[in-house]
Amino acid sequence: MNIASILATKGGQVFTARPEQTIRQVLRLLAEHNVGALVVVGGDGAPIGMLSERDIVRHIARDETLLGHTVDSVMTKTVIVGTPQDDLVMVGHTMVESRIRHLPVMDGGKLVGLVSIGDVVNAQRNQYQGEVDTLQIQLSQSGPAMDH
Amino acid sequence: MPDPGRPGRGEGPLRVAVIGAGPTGFYVADHLFRAPGLVVEVDLFDRLPTPFGLVRGGVAPDHQKIKAVTAVFDKVAAQPGFRFYGNVELGKHLTVADLRQHYHQIVYCTGAQTDRRLGIPGEDLRGSHPATEFVGWYNGHPDFRERQFDLSVERAAVIGVGNVAVDVARILCRAPEELATTDIADYALDVLRGSRIREVYLIGRRGPAQAAFTTPEIKELGELAGSDITVPAEEAGLDALSRAALERTQDRATMKKVDIIQSYVRRPTGGKARTLVLRFLLAPVEIVGGDAGEVTGLRLARTALYATPTGTLQAKSTDDVEVLPVGLVFRSVGYRGVPLLGVPFNDSWGVILNDKGRVLDPDAKTPIVGEYAAGWIKRGPTGVIGTNKPDAAETVVGMMEDLGQGRVLSPAAPERSALERLLAERQPQHFSYADWLRLNEIEVSKGRPAGRPRVKFTSLEEMLAVVAR
Repeated sequence: MNIASILATKGGQVFTARPEQTIRQVLRLLAEHNVGALVVVGGDGAPIGMLSERDIVRHIARDETLLGHTVDSVMTKTVIVGTPQDDLVMVGHTMVESRIRHLPVMDGGKLVGLVSIGDVVNAQRNQYQGEVDTLQIQLSQSGPAMDH
Repeated sequence: MPDPGRPGRGEGPLRVAVIGAGPTGFYVADHLFRAPGLVVEVDLFDRLPTPFGLVRGGVAPDHQKIKAVTAVFDKVAAQPGFRFYGNVELGKHLTVADLRQHYHQIVYCTGAQTDRRLGIPGEDLRGSHPATEFVGWYNGHPDFRERQFDLSVERAAVIGVGNVAVDVARILCRAPEELATTDIADYALDVLRGSRIREVYLIGRRGPAQAAFTTPEIKELGELAGSDITVPAEEAGLDALSRAALERTQDRATMKKVDIIQSYVRRPTGGKARTLVLRFLLAPVEIVGGDAGEVTGLRLARTALYATPTGTLQAKSTDDVEVLPVGLVFRSVGYRGVPLLGVPFNDSWGVILNDKGRVLDPDAKTPIVGEYAAGWIKRGPTGVIGTNKPDAAETVVGMMEDLGQGRVLSPAAPERSALERLLAERQPQHFSYADWLRLNEIEVSKGRPAGRPRVKFTSLEEMLAVVAR
């Protein structure tokens, strides 16, 4: 299974922020869209960073004036970018090992989606559940075995 | 806004139309019937007279155990609130606007009905076929029973290493007597009996560790009565990147799969009528044609693997090219959903535009009241039959949330009798579940003397004759 199967049920909308926006502005975006992270994009629309609830919490604990700061002073600048064809098992490993919870996805130079670790876990759980269910039905079948 | 009331909770039953009677359609119905406190009527439509979608028309005839899941669907169909309307096609006999006049909620479960194309020259030469057409043909699907496959050539290639590709290769390699006791279409068995194919190539872009087929599937290919199996040693070995990835994931299923593939390197060949050759790390560049427009070969570029930033291994073509002389090519590199008239489509992923199963307005990106999607037409063609169960559950959770908020359609004619009057007008030749059970009984009894699970009806005319319409 690949990232495309996750993006297919997410409506195709990616919520982004600009580096010069203030934290106050983006907090509103996070609440409005009910998401935990935004992709920070540069002038060409390509991701230059990620801004998550966690980034904001970590900074505000040290500096209460954070709300007026700009996004680029708080965002995580090292971004791992996925492609729609990326395999979910490998994506899961990479996200856990690199401790990232959100992965922007690019296709042909265009930002096409954002996948969270929750999306990856959910998709894999559904896959395993489905396999178990299918196997159980086959095992419980008492009729003539036609498989060779 | 007028209050639409709360159908299903004391204001008359919730009326739901499910489009597509494959596994997903039945799972959606099942989840609805299990919803606590809900009074629901589910009308399940299919463009074919028969239910079960790919379980009947896709799953290979020599894999009957996989079809055991239909017992679960029979139980769903036995619910008092359930009706099946077969031989009724959305866009032909009924429109989305019709459905919105008769139902509170509509769920599209139409699957992924077309093959992805390779996008290389020669794809439409005579002898180059989408694998799914061959599958539909040997499974007696009414749409494909008239297809012609010329098995008088000696060498065939199957492009792709997913389960459909493996099915096609296996059916081509099986001895006819192995298939004679299955429910394969009789006309297909006749053609396969006359097959002169001696070599079948199964071709993957990436290496053995990345192939989509499962361990049981690849093991089965090594146990065919009529066919030897082999793989070139240099293609069965793992490159450094694949070894590192396996080390990292400790994925035992893949390790086992690779072991089995590598064991085929040393297998002796030539003893049996046919040979199945597994080929890896090859990308099709062109299907080569002869003077008469027929397939004569397949030009392949050797690929090299590279790791994407997330660690996925992908293949890129090199300049190292070979031509494999084959007279028949089956293309099996994935499927795509087909847009439904009047339903927003997401062209990027080949699915209905949706958010967790809620169909979205393409401009506002907000849910369209009363319309939903589930299964392959919602998430794309991934997973096994059972994967559609949690997928359908997610869609039904959204439907129940929306019902709780009063976000359902307010149909002008929600009574089932109104729908049946409309159907009598638009498609009097529709099939009920009782009709299907009758067809099923006859199919099974016809198969019994030969020890076959069934002998399928493959044309609408035959089926209509049986139910006497």
